[in-house]
Order: sequence, then structure tokens, then C-alpha cells
Amino acid sequence: MFVLIVGAGRVGSSVATSALRAGHTVSVLDEDPLSHERLDVELGSSWEEAGGRFTIGTALEQDALDAAGIAEADVFIVCTNGDNTNLVVAQIGQRQYNVPRVIARVLDPRRAAWYREQGLHTICPTQIAIEQLEAAALGSEV
Amino acid sequence: MYVIICGAGKVGWNLARELIDKEHEVTVVENDRRRYLTVEQELEHAVQYGDATELWVLERAGIQRADLVVAVTGDDEDNLLICQVAKEKYLCDRIIARVNNPRNLETFKLLGIQPAVSATDLILRLIEHEVPSYGLVHLLDLPEERLEIIELVVSDNAPAADREVQELDLPEGALVISVLRDGGGFVPKADTVIQAGDEVLVVLDPGLEEDITRQFVSSNGRRG
Repeated sequence: MFVLIVGAGRVGSSVATSALRAGHTVSVLDEDPLSHERLDVELGSSWEEAGGRFTIGTALEQDALDAAGIAEADVFIVCTNGDNTNLVVAQIGQRQYNVPRVIARVLDPRRAAWYREQGLHTICPTQIAIEQLEAAALGSEV
Repeated sequence: MYVIICGAGKVGWNLARELIDKEHEVTVVENDRRRYLTVEQELEHAVQYGDATELWVLERAGIQRADLVVAVTGDDEDNLLICQVAKEKYLCDRIIARVNNPRNLETFKLLGIQPAVSATDLILRLIEHEVPSYGLVHLLDLPEERLEIIELVVSDNAPAADREVQELDLPEGALVISVLRDGGGFVPKADTVIQAGDEVLVVLDPGLEEDITRQFVSSNGRRG
């Protein structure tokens, strides 16, 4: 599979290296050239040597998405540190490029839920934390 | 009319003033604390503090009963998403979005956020329209009705000079409606002879400007 990941933070870079290790073609897009280092550290060798692709650019601009190979992507993961960027970019992937599987990270639980109802696959770390905290604190009372 | 304005920058603040002057009910939402406090001194209860991309902030501002939502923050993603939830979640009838980077206009269209207004784009179009290249001036633009009226100065040696109106080689969808000559104007007849130096008003379908310009302005005799 061709996996395109926007945002090479903690989450994005971990998912990128796992996908690469699992034998997928992986392309990463981030506006910060230094975010590349995180990918190298995770792998122990250079990202490119391991077969990964890295593009510097702003995902809101379609030129950058094109350069990162969105037209070939089977999976499009959007996990920058901004909810609003993620929601907009994920919808571009859905509507403009018809990527079969689009996943967006959204920290705001209410919007994550609403956009999920609209047919966008959203992952909400805040909601997961809330549920785990409640379970850990209150145990079976939840 | 009840209007929610997201973003209390120069655009949002002045828009709020104008609308309040016209006796509309307005709530401005601003998520910068300092900016909020500044604007609050003037607008008082008509401004609320919060991030308008969060649903509860929009709900607190009363989005369920808003007639119009205007998103004019300095961030295009914010403006897009505010308008998207206003329209699709809260079924607000009318939205207006500001586009800061004209390159994002396509994204607003893609997500169905219209009208999207880009100041850069507007000024650019004004420059293109208003700078009278080839002596052409736009007098009236009705894009919805697909109608324009332009004014041209007929140059020496132009194809149209010294020819009768009925002989002019004008494209389908264009009509000479008035001629200004020697300080007076008149409606031309079929046998009116166009002269160099005349100002002609032409009503046309958008997109025909170049074809029409070629008839009234010779390539080596530009005026205006």
C-alpha cells in the first residue's frame, strides 16, 4: 500500500516508521524540514536509506500534496498539530483526490464526532484519554 | 437580522460597527484575549471571547438563530470550518467567508463554501478592470446576469473608424448602445458612422472584451 502521512510529529513519525517496517510505501509531508530528524531517530538509519519519501511543504497547498504523491495514495493520514488544518486537508484528500482511506486526527471531541457522522474517519486522542482516565479513576462505576 | 462575525480584526470590528449602525443584532467572536478586551470596550456585550471553530462557542453565540455567519479571521482553515459547520450542522441560511490567501479559493469552492471573498483577489481584479488598457473602462458588471457595459475610445486607424454601425464586425452578444462625441451623447442608428475619437458604450456578454476592443482600437494606435 501507498501511505501518505501529513505531519511528522510524535504520532505521524511513529505511524510512518511502523508502516515502512511493515513493507508499505510511505511518503511523509511536513512544513518543517527539521521534523525529518524524528523519522531518522525512530529508524536508526536515514529515512531515505530505509526507502521512505519526505516532502517539505504546506498540506493546504495542493502542489505540496501532489509532490508528496497523493494521487497514488491508498491511505491518507492527516495528523498535524492543528485540528483545523487536519479537517480541511483530510477533506481535500477525500473530495479532490478520492483517496480510498482518509484518516484525520482531531483533538476536539465534539468536532471529531460530528465530522465522523459526515463520513470522515476521525481519531480523537482526547476522547480516548477521557475514557481511559475515567476507567482508571472510577473503575467499574463508569 | 442576527449576524455572527467570527474574528474581531480590522475587518470584523468595522463590519460589526456598520451593521450595528444599521440596527442589526451582532455578536463578534474573538479568541485573542487582548484583542477581545480592546474591542469589548467599544462593543461591550456584542463581543464574546472564544475560539469560533469550537462548537460550544458558536452555540453560546446563538448560532441556531443566526441569519448570517461571517468568518473573517486571519486563518483560512478557521474561516472554512466555521462556515462549514454553520451551513451543514446548524443549517444557517447565509454564510460569507474571507479568504486570506487567494490560492485557497479553490479549497473553499471544493468544500462548497460560497461566497468566499478574497481582498487580494478583489483588488487584483479591480486593477485589471480599472487600469484602462486599450482605453477600455468597465462601467457596469453584472456577473449574475452575465452582462457588462464597457466604454472604449475609438483610435485612429481602428477597424471600426469611418464605418457605419451596421458594418461593424462585432461578435454575437455585443451591441453599441451609445456614442459620445464633441461633449454630447446619442444613441447610434444602423447608418451612424463611427469616428476616431468617439467614445462608444458597448453592452456585451462577459468574455467578449478582447474581440470588441480589437474593432475599436488599432494595434498601433492605442489611446487612453
